[in-house]
Amino acid sequence: MVIASATRDPEAGETLSCTFASRYVRDPVPKFKMPVRSIPKDAAYQIIKDELMLDGAPRLNLASFVTTWMEPECDKLIMDSLNKNYVDMDEYPVTTELQNRCVNMIAHLYHAPIEDDEGAVGVGTVGSSEAIMLAGLAFKRKWQTKRKAEGKPYDNPNIVTGANVQVCWEKFARYFEVELKEVKLSEGYYVMDPVKAVEMVDENTICVAAILGSTLTGEFEDVQLLNELLTKKNKESGWDTPIHVDAASGGFIAPFLYPDLEWDFRVPLVKSINVSGHKYGLVYPGVGWVVWRSKEDLPEDLVFHINYLGSDQPTFTLNFSKGSSQIIAQYYQFIRLGFEGYQNIMRNCVENAKILKEGIEKTGRFNIVSKDVGVPLVAFSLKDSSEHTVFEISDHLRRFGWIVPAYTMPADAQHIVVLRVVIREDFSRSLAERLVSDIEKVVNLLDTLPSTVHASTTSAHVTAVTNETGDKVVKKSAMETQAEIARYWRGLVKDKRTGVC
Amino acid sequence: MVLSKAAPHSDVSVHSTFASRYVRAPLPRFRMPEESIPKEAAYQIINDELMLDGNPRLNLASFVTTWMEPECDKLIMSSINKNYVDMDEYPVTTELQNRCVNMIAHLFNAPLEESETAIGCGTVGSSEAIMLAGLAFKRKWQNKRRAAGLPIDKPNIVTGANVQVCWEKFARYFEVELKEVNLRDGYYVMDPEKAAELVDENTICVAAILGSTLNGEFEDVKRLNDLLVEKNKETGWDTPIHVDAASGGFIAPFIYPDLEWDFRLPLVKSINVSGHKYGLVYAGIGWVIWRSKEDLPDELIFHINYLGADQPTFTLNFSKGSSQVIAQYYQLIRLGYEGYKNVMENCRDNMLVLKEGLEKTGRFNIVSKEEGVPLVAFTLKDNSHFDEFQVSHLLRRYGWIVPAYTMPPDAQHVTVLRVVIREDFSRTLAERIVIDIQKVLHELDALPVRVAEAATVAVSSEDIGGDGATENIAKKTALETTREITNAWKKFVMDRKKMNGKINGVC
Repeated sequence: MVIASATRDPEAGETLSCTFASRYVRDPVPKFKMPVRSIPKDAAYQIIKDELMLDGAPRLNLASFVTTWMEPECDKLIMDSLNKNYVDMDEYPVTTELQNRCVNMIAHLYHAPIEDDEGAVGVGTVGSSEAIMLAGLAFKRKWQTKRKAEGKPYDNPNIVTGANVQVCWEKFARYFEVELKEVKLSEGYYVMDPVKAVEMVDENTICVAAILGSTLTGEFEDVQLLNELLTKKNKESGWDTPIHVDAASGGFIAPFLYPDLEWDFRVPLVKSINVSGHKYGLVYPGVGWVVWRSKEDLPEDLVFHINYLGSDQPTFTLNFSKGSSQIIAQYYQFIRLGFEGYQNIMRNCVENAKILKEGIEKTGRFNIVSKDVGVPLVAFSLKDSSEHTVFEISDHLRRFGWIVPAYTMPADAQHIVVLRVVIREDFSRSLAERLVSDIEKVVNLLDTLPSTVHASTTSAHVTAVTNETGDKVVKKSAMETQAEIARYWRGLVKDKRTGVC
Repeated sequence: MVLSKAAPHSDVSVHSTFASRYVRAPLPRFRMPEESIPKEAAYQIINDELMLDGNPRLNLASFVTTWMEPECDKLIMSSINKNYVDMDEYPVTTELQNRCVNMIAHLFNAPLEESETAIGCGTVGSSEAIMLAGLAFKRKWQNKRRAAGLPIDKPNIVTGANVQVCWEKFARYFEVELKEVNLRDGYYVMDPEKAAELVDENTICVAAILGSTLNGEFEDVKRLNDLLVEKNKETGWDTPIHVDAASGGFIAPFIYPDLEWDFRLPLVKSINVSGHKYGLVYAGIGWVIWRSKEDLPDELIFHINYLGADQPTFTLNFSKGSSQVIAQYYQLIRLGYEGYKNVMENCRDNMLVLKEGLEKTGRFNIVSKEEGVPLVAFTLKDNSHFDEFQVSHLLRRYGWIVPAYTMPPDAQHVTVLRVVIREDFSRTLAERIVIDIQKVLHELDALPVRVAEAATVAVSSEDIGGDGATENIAKKTALETTREITNAWKKFVMDRKKMNGKINGVC
């Protein structure tokens, strides 16, 4: 009798094992040092995919303006172009041309004063941050050149914005050594006041930045009024202070819903505009656009020239190598949707925002802080915050799956705390109705919970308790501990700069 | 009998795209179209236009990764709608980025304790990484000078002329003077001696390149460190080093682990590396690592409070996709040290196959070294008959994109062809390109010899006026006209390439 001894070929075992039967899900996952050995690709895929399950669901992230859904056909185009390096103009001339077409389409959308055969001046970027830095750089260089020619000092440039400005302006100011002069907000007025802004303008101001679609409330700033006031001041002072419009969110809303609103190049002092392709441009994160009014507004010495087989390709970006997918996706959206498609989508967003707003109002517990004209979002605060705060509502909503952020306003309205829901293309009416019912549930739940807010923030009640040894031990009641935790946590979140914009 | 009437507007969705009107209508180029079109039509139109782009995998000019495993493609697609900057909402993605930073910092021997977290961040590419590193150096230098009461208006940076265009961008945009060490015939990287000489009190840092774009060479960072340590001792300026390891950062640790170029050298304060080159990830990711907290001035960092934990961020870009960060982590744990080592060794072996194949033709000089980035840079031994640009042009007909470049000053008379060996450039492709290069040489040999001087002009007598008087007219032969056209075109391309110089995108 032959006794067969089973030989276990360890290699064969590994490839036969289902990933969850293998040793790869037993080993600790590498965190600080590169692992020495390779692992099978299925294991690597599964490990990472499983960890990522614990990330938030992008489509339920109502904090973000950034697109979270695109058509499958576009996904196909994106996959096919993942390995194309966008900066390679020689090798990928069609991709380069698609970018140029997008720039031209956007420039025309904003009424740039260009002839029909004249190329628009603009570029695709990774997002509005890069776009804003490029625009700011152009203004800074123009201003420096002008001051140098006049023999005046140019070491103290500044930029005037509202305190509601998004963090990338602060980055620009800090990294490029420009002073940021912020117009403070006030209760009930959460955008930049054009009158105050113009007052702040001095000879060192390189530009005034207005926002079309404030991050906090979605409001459009009054660019036309700013232009009027600035034109007057320019005439008196002789400084030629220009305007930049940060249309990161509003740039793909205003032209479709409010075509008569004059905020773009129709306004003479507006020299450059940035818009995020990945917000209401309806493309996945990673694309923004900046367009200048004309060649004169972009100093030549900032532009690097590449000769593309006979025609001149000027480039002016901070990033170099990057993927082409988002540019192609943007062009897809432009020709797929066209003007009417974008208009329909924006109208849907406004409609769904209205449904949400009315549902929230009907609970009777909230004040609506956002306006009807602007970016389709609903910002709301509690009528009565003495028992519970919006931070708790935000926290409880997360348990239902929704991510609804709670923010404090910047100076001088820091006491105002709001919740904000952004209505994106993929936020349908059914989701709006569901969210309203979940908000009602949360509010009702909070009514039953003890209050975690104390009127005074002075010393908490302390009950002295004698323990076994007879020493008096300070013991906090359960409620006080909770209050302390809530205060601590609120304090952490209080100064949070709103990341997603 | 019922006469059925054909419906005037048949259902658009029934039409195959190529039967529909959408492929007849002119494509919108400058203005947004008024109407929407079906998604299939939009897809097809764009897909078809893109067919005329070059094939990424045959683009031998680029160091940037052009192939990844399908499993990774799946991960990429499923995270394409995740905004990377959203740390609150995507905590796992944020943690994956931190893990990558730590892994890379350890790979570069950053002096970290066991539980100490590394200082660094993910960027969109080495351009952003270099700008951040440069910003940190500039700010540190300004603070130091201000404290000493010295002027801060003239910062400069010392690099080689072989430096990639992003350093020039950094210099121009952030108002730092660029002091370039010129190259010379036969020496195509930054000379550490000359670099140390150029350093003055306004120098914010010296940038060395590990993996020069033009010929793949690693600069001698150790020598630079030693010279600079001495100079610093004499002058008291604390001039640091930055290593631009865009290409070399994921090569040297695996196949030249004893080469000291990273944080093992005391003066190296920051390093950047491109995840999308030999990090083996698709375009759109880079990494910058600082030696320690002290090397990154706190005032440049923005702090975001992540529910109790402090998340410092220091990037130029804000919202962007998470896909490449996740893909980088995938590669790091999928391949591990041994996997990367195997890939780099394969690249080097295939590079040797190509190099030997080219040498065997007897027509080329090899300009690249064997140690360095796996690429082959070569020049024609004799370019009196035809030059490298023509070779490059003809190779395109076979599908290969092989760029031809002129060297920067002071070696502008040298023109090279360069083939980059990436992970997905197998041995069969290497052998095939040698064959195709031989075919190209054969074709070019058959062309008539070009005339270096002005084209000779044949004079013929012709009776033009018809009045019987013969006039001497300079008449060019067909050959001369062809030559003139070729020369003009060659000059045009040469000028273009010269202007491209290091702007020739792919790096």
